[in-house]
Amino acid sequence: MMDIRLYMLQRISALIMAPLTLGHIAVMIYAIQGGLSADEILGRTQGSVFWFLFYGSFVAAVSIHAAIGLRVIVSEWLGLRGMVLTVFGWAVFLVLLAMGAQAVLAVTQT
Amino acid sequence: MKATPDTLTVSVWRGAESGGSFESFEVPNFESQTILDIVAWIQQNSDPTLTYRYACRVGMCGSCAMMVNGVPRWTCRTHVQKVVQDNRVEIAPLRNLPVIKDLATDMDPFFDKWIAAEGLHHPTKSRHDPIEQINPESAARVEAASGIECINCSVCYAACDTVANNPDYLGPAALQRAWTVYNDSKDAGRQQVLDAVSGVGGCHNCHSQGSCAVHCPNDLNPMKAIAGLKRATATSFFRKGSRT
Repeated sequence: MMDIRLYMLQRISALIMAPLTLGHIAVMIYAIQGGLSADEILGRTQGSVFWFLFYGSFVAAVSIHAAIGLRVIVSEWLGLRGMVLTVFGWAVFLVLLAMGAQAVLAVTQT
Repeated sequence: MKATPDTLTVSVWRGAESGGSFESFEVPNFESQTILDIVAWIQQNSDPTLTYRYACRVGMCGSCAMMVNGVPRWTCRTHVQKVVQDNRVEIAPLRNLPVIKDLATDMDPFFDKWIAAEGLHHPTKSRHDPIEQINPESAARVEAASGIECINCSVCYAACDTVANNPDYLGPAALQRAWTVYNDSKDAGRQQVLDAVSGVGGCHNCHSQGSCAVHCPNDLNPMKAIAGLKRATATSFFRKGSRT
């Protein structure tokens, strides 16, 4: 069920996620210095093309990476195969992408 | 009959693919005997209908592998003293393969996957060409040589949880063979091998749990060979992408 195409997609999405995760953690540590407020966060992210691209690519990479991983788990543990498995993989991808995109837009739109 | 120090209680799986159960036998507890010895003793002295497979008895042919106390082992080289627990031994057919009868499994799926992984020789020369000189120190030859002692016993295939959960997966033995062929400078099918191990049942399904390396009776490391195939297929993937 895991061919070279899915394998490479999962590895490349992991490579994208790794620096973004470190960046996310670094910003979290920076942001909580001297207290944390919604205004402070939104002041940084709203209208920012940089943060839109930062978290937008994060969400895209996570959606791809997690969908492939969950696809393997349900296939091996629940025996899902064929079209059902394909639909499951795409459904996880689209749900994660939609939820993530909603969150990114919510904090970057002005 | 209760086991005494003079005898062992041996549970042997009896039946076919459709079903079966363990049957208990009392076997002489000799000081030095192998699991294959006690299976043969049962067949010769207790129940001549017991079915099992063996050939060389010296760990070369790969015929006699079975599950011993739940662990896949080559039975001809497994001493009873090493595995006996409370004077009891449980012997069952190899995991992950269909059972023909009793302890004999159908090895067809295992060998079919060797072929599916292109674990066969693709010649570069004919018999009229001179014999190619191979440097045994070269990096590729060292890699090829590391897997060459595989005896096709299917112990790694029986040990692999990924095979158990994914019937399409080619398994550690076939993929290790593919890696050996890939590194053989006398083989003309390198790209064929990479294509064969890149499909839905290919090397990318391996979770690197390492049961194959733990249980291989010849101390080979199929997991390392599979990691090599993953690297080679990934490199090939980018090369292909840059050509188009």
